[in-house]
Amino acid sequence: MSIVSASLDHAGKPDRAFNAEALDADARREARGMLALLSLGLFLVFAVIIVPIGWLFWLSLFDEGGQLSAANYARFFEQASYIKTFVTTFKVAFTVTGACVLLGYPLAYMLSQLPRRAASICLIFVILPFWTSVLVRTYAWLVILQRKGLVNTWLMDLGVISQPLPLANNFAGVVIGMTHIMLPFLVLPLYASMKTIDVDCLRAGMNLGASPAATFRQIFFPLSLPGLASGLVIVFVLCLGFFVTPALMGGGKVIMWAMRMEQTTSLYSNWGAGAALGVVLLAVTLALLGLFHWLLGTRATGVWSRR
Amino acid sequence: MTKRLCIHGLAIAGLLASVAVPASAADTITVASWGGTYQEAQTKAFFDPTAKELGITIKQDTTNGLDDVRLQVTGNAVKWDITELGADECARGSKEGLFEKLDYNVIDKTGINPKLVHDDWVGISYTSVVLIYRTDVFGDKGPKTWADFWDVQKFPGRRALSGSQATETLSVAALAKGIPIDKVYPVDIDGALQSVDKIKGHIDAWWTSGAQAMQLVKDGEVDMASIWNGRAGTLKKSGAPVSFSFDQGVLTADCMVIPKGSKNKDLAMKALAKFVSPDLQANLPLYVDNGPANEKAFETGKIPQDRIKDINSSPENVKKQVLQDPAFWRDTLVEATEKFNNLIQQ
Repeated sequence: MSIVSASLDHAGKPDRAFNAEALDADARREARGMLALLSLGLFLVFAVIIVPIGWLFWLSLFDEGGQLSAANYARFFEQASYIKTFVTTFKVAFTVTGACVLLGYPLAYMLSQLPRRAASICLIFVILPFWTSVLVRTYAWLVILQRKGLVNTWLMDLGVISQPLPLANNFAGVVIGMTHIMLPFLVLPLYASMKTIDVDCLRAGMNLGASPAATFRQIFFPLSLPGLASGLVIVFVLCLGFFVTPALMGGGKVIMWAMRMEQTTSLYSNWGAGAALGVVLLAVTLALLGLFHWLLGTRATGVWSRR
Repeated sequence: MTKRLCIHGLAIAGLLASVAVPASAADTITVASWGGTYQEAQTKAFFDPTAKELGITIKQDTTNGLDDVRLQVTGNAVKWDITELGADECARGSKEGLFEKLDYNVIDKTGINPKLVHDDWVGISYTSVVLIYRTDVFGDKGPKTWADFWDVQKFPGRRALSGSQATETLSVAALAKGIPIDKVYPVDIDGALQSVDKIKGHIDAWWTSGAQAMQLVKDGEVDMASIWNGRAGTLKKSGAPVSFSFDQGVLTADCMVIPKGSKNKDLAMKALAKFVSPDLQANLPLYVDNGPANEKAFETGKIPQDRIKDINSSPENVKKQVLQDPAFWRDTLVEATEKFNNLIQQ
């Protein structure tokens, strides 16, 4: 008995070790194979993202005389307009994201409840503006919203107002114009996630006596949150870099960060002045994404991570 | 066999052709300007006649201004042989060493304001910043001077000024303080900023492009504005109820340069000499409201008498206006613009 077990032990140990080694080697080979498959993508990420951003950061460290300096960053604190512009940018981004959620959620919910055919037709109307130039849509809003535009003319003809409402060339105009452009970016991921909600879960809730409102609140809404969070993040981040709409709808009074970059790039002779603005926006955006991730878990960044 | 020979023959012909192309490329230059109706006018006034006279090909491109030149020169990828810029951009680019020296043995500078004749850049045309107002609001009793524009009691109404061209807005702000046109330069920047501070609460839009200024006035979004004379002229011609004059206008020059590292420098010099010659300069006002930089153009007899009064750089109109000084803005632009932005971006 002891001899048998001893012999088994003697024979088994090297076998197991051998197997483990072979398995490890196999796993390593597989990992290398996988990496090789990824290499083209990794190279692209390196070449078109890491290198240019690194270069941007490098450029931002040099002043107009080509000397290493923090002048490009110090400017943010010396000139009041930079901080002001930065705050405006985030104010616009938050407001537009909020407006998109308020308009987009009910819209996406309606789309998700419609029969497939009707939903596809309605979706076309959501996607249609995508195919129209941002510039054209912004000018269209200008025609609608300005003092002698459609809205004000109608309201005044109807006697609702006696003075035209200030809807264009100000903050309100920028928010309206940008919300229109951003809405599909919220609705599409939200709709997609709402469609994946298992109807049986809702039926089960109703079956157990929950009212439609309670079913929505306790089952549907929490399940739609991942889609809402990813839509929200896309809209917010896109808003931060907006140029055309605020430039045309803001009447020069709503200056966003991208407009500031354009001004700074043409004003200073060194690329670093503009580059520093890009670096700061990137850093703050990444920090905010980190915050979203922390607050909402993987949901917010779910577009990028495994679901 | 014969087919193969034939292919060889074609290949050789192709090779010869490809050798021949660079030879003819030496007779081609590329000129960049602002595009739009202005560049179309320049094509008819300057580029086509020059190409014909010198027997060369002039290719065209459009520019966004000094950044583009800077990008090409510092990146060692100069694709333009001549490009247009605003005069203050020329002055700044010159300080940065972005341009080739001009040869005034080839280019005749007679008739061009000495302030626009420099080692490495030369004036090409003028734009004016003028005060425009809507006649359906004010009749013909609208604001005529910048002091009127600043007087919100006497002339209530909605106003727009340029938010992107600090130099121009500071110049009109100085005029609004009552400074006579020959004393505006050198601009007292802090004084002009105080003047902007007084009006800024009454400004409904700070425009950032010529098209925007035009749209604001055309759609009645504002009742009065500062605007470029070309845009003002277009509005008037299209039948909009507007009025403007060159009184207290601010004349800003455009200039042309040869970017450093241009491959056809000598030919570009000859072409540039043609562009600024009185004969071709006189063509410009036939197509567009931007006046010629060479005042000898008015002596050629090519410009009809009734057209002269509408041209911002005619001797009569020049007397009514302030000439913006590029050398002044070369040294003060950055600081003044930052201060201006701090003031209006609040």
